[in-house]
Amino acid sequence: MLNHYETVFILTPVLSDVQAKEAVEKFKTILTENGATITNEENWGLKKLQYPIQKKSSGFYSLLQFDADPTIIATLETQFRRDERVLRFLSFRLDKYAFEYAEKRKSIKSKEVKEN
Amino acid sequence: MAANNGDIRYLTPPSVDVKKKKYCRFKKSGIRYIDYKDAEFLKKFLNEQGKILPRRLTGTSLKFQRKVAQAVKRARHIALLPYVTDMMK
Repeated sequence: MLNHYETVFILTPVLSDVQAKEAVEKFKTILTENGATITNEENWGLKKLQYPIQKKSSGFYSLLQFDADPTIIATLETQFRRDERVLRFLSFRLDKYAFEYAEKRKSIKSKEVKEN
Repeated sequence: MAANNGDIRYLTPPSVDVKKKKYCRFKKSGIRYIDYKDAEFLKKFLNEQGKILPRRLTGTSLKFQRKVAQAVKRARHIALLPYVTDMMK
């Protein structure tokens, strides 16, 4: 049964832009290999962390929203844990209202992209 | 003893603040989901030290207070909100 999931993860600021993009691509391929469909992807770029994580005070934030089987989440999380570029990750299942909110947010974002 | 509190002249009458009926802002504005990603909105529910405000101050209903607490904890986990700080909001 396909559930909607959303993960936010933070990459170390030490990476160059190219490496950061490549890391995000790596996780996307992991997802698509296991049969998940990515519905939305945002990266908020370099942001200041409110408290230092592993002695770093900023990080690349990126968000992935996807539909997947529950079994995929375990493999995704082990990949996150294994990869030392990832400072922290949080994934959670979107319930009905969360999913509506995500859809609305996606439409707003795409409208903004069209404008500017 | 009881006599002298009669003598106390208050400059301004002790105004017992009129009981403002608190309402749950989520029920009123029909918000169904509290997003843990926008920290600005969640800051309204934190005090100066970054602690979650109790329901008796914010007046939110129990159902939404739990959602707010859940969202704040998630935001803290991904460092969008501090665990403890002396931030001047």
